[in-house]
Amino acid sequence: MKLMVNGETHEIAATTLAELLAALDYEGDWLATAVNSDLVHKANRAEFRLSDGDRIEILSPMQGG
Amino acid sequence: MFDLFGTTLPSRLLLGTAQYPSPAILADAVKASGTSMVTVSLRREMAGGRAGEKFWSLIRALGTRILPNTAGCHSVKEAVTTAKMAREVFGTNWIKLEVIGNHDTLQPDVFGLVEAARILCEDGFAVFPYTTDDLVVAERLLAAGCKVLMPWCAPIGSALGPINMMALCSMRGHFPGVPLIVDAGLGRPSHAARVMELGFDAVLLNTAVAKAADPVGMARAFGKAVEAGREAFLSGILEPRELAVPSTPIFGRAVFS
Repeated sequence: MKLMVNGETHEIAATTLAELLAALDYEGDWLATAVNSDLVHKANRAEFRLSDGDRIEILSPMQGG
Repeated sequence: MFDLFGTTLPSRLLLGTAQYPSPAILADAVKASGTSMVTVSLRREMAGGRAGEKFWSLIRALGTRILPNTAGCHSVKEAVTTAKMAREVFGTNWIKLEVIGNHDTLQPDVFGLVEAARILCEDGFAVFPYTTDDLVVAERLLAAGCKVLMPWCAPIGSALGPINMMALCSMRGHFPGVPLIVDAGLGRPSHAARVMELGFDAVLLNTAVAKAADPVGMARAFGKAVEAGREAFLSGILEPRELAVPSTPIFGRAVFS
């Protein structure tokens, strides 16, 4: 399945958002995720099924003004 | 002391966390400023979570309240989704709402701002809107559910200081009961003191401290200026006069001729 993760294309076998995070070695309670511009809560990642062409954003705390 | 959404903040200085020479200097500057709330953002995590973890640990260790922002968002959708993601990560419904409308001036898209503010207020957020000094926009933001307003005094990062004192004065006069925080454009402590002397409730700044030759010293200076400006406002400032007025009593002066 082809997925766009943080602006980069990945060919990946993951079927859920939680599987995708694990496959790409993402971990931490401080991560926030969105699929196709909508928030996916941490608690819903394991059930959230991905589709070919989905755009995934994985964000974390950063400096800000 | 400063009350926002039922929370008392000891300091009227809000400080950004970006552009410091090092994490250690950021931490020292935050302490020196006396601030009780810092702004943070969310960005793409490219290191599996390790980049965010470092910064998040540093921020939590500061012990201040956190005000996440939607910096860099150019649409209502981006800002709303970013705000929701920030609520989940930072565990607060407070959000500094930015919807940028122009790349050069970084001025807010006030139409998108009002729309995003309405959506987020209805969703239970305490929205701190980064806005202009326009009174009509301010009224629309209040009507959308905002309880606090954050007008710029000059473009973000410009260090120009208050370029339209009349507009800021007018804003303070029109909204006597609304917490008003000057956000963006402050360059030096005297700028902060000037807007605090007008009766603004607080200031939010970042670049003026982070990019100073000595950020820790400048943070301390801003902390003092904010306190001085507030105390001056509360003490009743003398209005300027056209003519000289002697300060030493005329009565009883000696005559030698």
